[in-house]
Amino acid sequence: MTRARESEPTVVSKLETRTDLRWSRKDLLGLRELSAEEINFVLDTADAFKQVGTREIKKVPALRGKTLVNFFVEPSTRTRTSFELAAFRLSADVINISVATSSLTKGETLKDTAKNLEALHADILVLRHSSAGAPQFLAERLQSSVINAGDGAHEHPTQGLLDLYTIREKKGRVDGLHVVIVGDILFSRVARSNIFALTKLGARVTLLGPSTLVPGAFERLGVTISHDIDQVLPTADVVNLLRIQHERQRKEYFPGLGEYVRLFGLTKERAKLLRPECLIMHPGPINRGVEIDSEVADGNQSVILDQVTNGLAVRMAVLYLCGGIAT
Amino acid sequence: MGLWPVRPAELHSAETAKADSMSAGRTDWKSIFRRAEERDVSTTIIRNGRVIDPANRRDEVVDLVIVDGRIADLSAIRNPQSAIAEIDATDLIVVPGLIDIHVHLREPGFGWKETIESGARAAAAGGFTTVVCMPNTAPVADNPATITWIKNRAAEIACVNILPTGSISKNLLGEELAPIGSLRQTGAVAITDDGHCVQNHELMRRAVEYARMVGIPVLDHCQDYNLVGNGVVNEGYWSTLLGLPGWPAAGEEAMVMRNILLAELCNHPIHCQHISTAGSVRLIREARARGVKISGEVCPHHIALTDDAIQNFETNFKMNPPLRSQHDVDAIVQGIADGTFTILASDHAPHAQFEKEVEFDAAPFGIVGLETELGLFLDLLIHKKRAITINRLVEMYTVEPAKLLNIEAGTLSPGARGDVTIIDANLDWRVNTSEFESLSRNTPFGGWKLRGRAVRTIVNGETVWELNRSKRPSKIAATA
Repeated sequence: MTRARESEPTVVSKLETRTDLRWSRKDLLGLRELSAEEINFVLDTADAFKQVGTREIKKVPALRGKTLVNFFVEPSTRTRTSFELAAFRLSADVINISVATSSLTKGETLKDTAKNLEALHADILVLRHSSAGAPQFLAERLQSSVINAGDGAHEHPTQGLLDLYTIREKKGRVDGLHVVIVGDILFSRVARSNIFALTKLGARVTLLGPSTLVPGAFERLGVTISHDIDQVLPTADVVNLLRIQHERQRKEYFPGLGEYVRLFGLTKERAKLLRPECLIMHPGPINRGVEIDSEVADGNQSVILDQVTNGLAVRMAVLYLCGGIAT
Repeated sequence: MGLWPVRPAELHSAETAKADSMSAGRTDWKSIFRRAEERDVSTTIIRNGRVIDPANRRDEVVDLVIVDGRIADLSAIRNPQSAIAEIDATDLIVVPGLIDIHVHLREPGFGWKETIESGARAAAAGGFTTVVCMPNTAPVADNPATITWIKNRAAEIACVNILPTGSISKNLLGEELAPIGSLRQTGAVAITDDGHCVQNHELMRRAVEYARMVGIPVLDHCQDYNLVGNGVVNEGYWSTLLGLPGWPAAGEEAMVMRNILLAELCNHPIHCQHISTAGSVRLIREARARGVKISGEVCPHHIALTDDAIQNFETNFKMNPPLRSQHDVDAIVQGIADGTFTILASDHAPHAQFEKEVEFDAAPFGIVGLETELGLFLDLLIHKKRAITINRLVEMYTVEPAKLLNIEAGTLSPGARGDVTIIDANLDWRVNTSEFESLSRNTPFGGWKLRGRAVRTIVNGETVWELNRSKRPSKIAATA
């Protein structure tokens, strides 16, 4: 208790001074609209919050008295849990609403549901939704702060930020690194947020996967496209593997998991092509034996669990920054 | 047509007898003018306007006279001073009442979006004297009773002429033919599954053959369901960036190609609605050069906007087919300029605010268009891009749709119906959605500054709408 009390003012006061200078957004909708400076600022803020997690008392009063609603109109366990825990650590009051319990199934519109939550004085709305643009739709209509926790195939900004945070933490920089993103890029919001942020911070990005899921149009986002994993892996500084969900894919996009593993899976054999210092990342949940072999996922190049830990710090930073603006 | 005992479509069946007695060549103008001077019938003279009547290759500053709801022969007037109503059209353009071949009036079934009454008022305010309404109502206009209901309701309440279309397939499901002959006999001027597209090429082929027998054209919304899937925006840079499901150009072009093949096979007109892609322009151009009975129409949004407009997920930019790239826009404008496209239309698709104010992929497709289309086309095609002459623009809104549908409209020939639109081609105005006559406001053009618009709409010799008059468009009480 004593230790925590002593350190709280340092963390919070340090941040508040900088907040005035560098952050003016009530919402976090995506990484495309953020400047490199803003992205770095969130990552710097997350540094301070990561330290909180290592203490005996893992809680600061930054959002004490604020109400956060986790509004998940699409199933999610880990993102929701991470936001919930981040809010607890900032002393906010949290309620969780998932699609099964919400009025949306009774025919109420998204706007009406959100307006009702705001009428209950929700300060921060964390939205997961299957429709691209849903968070922006609400942000334009609510006083509350809206945090995008994943919208359709559009963006998943906190995932992008935690990926960047992890790269920066392990590599000391993002600029100049070669980051390879592998898998279902077309339907991936994680891929888009990563592409926007990585290119802004000066990384070289290669997208890798079947031509049906990595269409040529992505080249216009300033990235390179490849369909030959063996050629790309030797020059990678970071390999970020996306989850392959063949059961949810339309069957015409690729022939099956066996073929996927043969062409694009990060097998034990292929992992040998990697430089020893190359990071292996995955937003989870992983399919062992599909996009990544079990041994590789558990190997010493894997930073998959660091991503989870960092996700908490990054989400604390985002809630703290946006929640501070909203009032 | 010998096998099929149906006359060319009449605008109002109740007036058939009168039209017959007044058909060109047998009109007794002397007695009509005598009655006019005795003030038995209404006479209107539109003075000093530039009369553009493409059907008669006419473009001159001249007075135009309407007697008893019909265009009169100027030379037949002994004393034009006796006109009851005079309209000064100095510096204005006087054209045959414009026809919009592609409008959703939403009745029966969706009266909160639009009604036949409000849709007709919107048409009048846009300069249209005749609109062709689509069959995707509830119930679907796939049966004679619904066609009759629409016609009766229009006769009762609409201030412009309403021409219904029937569906190609029962309930728009694309599975079995609607009773096309019965639809034709009750007054459908064309068949279309607009909003939907018959995917089964065999069914479409038989529909075209059947339509040929009964003498009405087939209009088609060109969309291959497999290629388009759940696409909501043009497949390209913006769909990639925003993660919105893409609607590829090939999804339209595959069906345009299909329609070219079937128009050729059946030797009967198929009209491709709301064309949006450069590939479709090329296909239609090539087929028309070979003499295939294929035609295409253009809506203003497909040349006024590109898909970069969707970047804020604003649902008033969501329509079907979607906004395309600048390359497509340029090709369509070129297609208008070189005559590949014969018809301009709005695809007026009203939706209530609460329906549009939802997540982008959940929002219904479509925008209102009747009250902005003429202004947009005048501004873009005539003033900004100089793609066509105003004479051709008028032709694309009058002669061409009238010819496709085989209807008595779109001309200022003596004896023709007294449907006239007066246009101020140089008037600068701003789109103000709060002044719309339509029940719906779902337009991306609110606040746009445009040059040129209709200033008066005359149906059957009576002014049903006039700019800057408090009088709202209304049905003129029929004179006995």
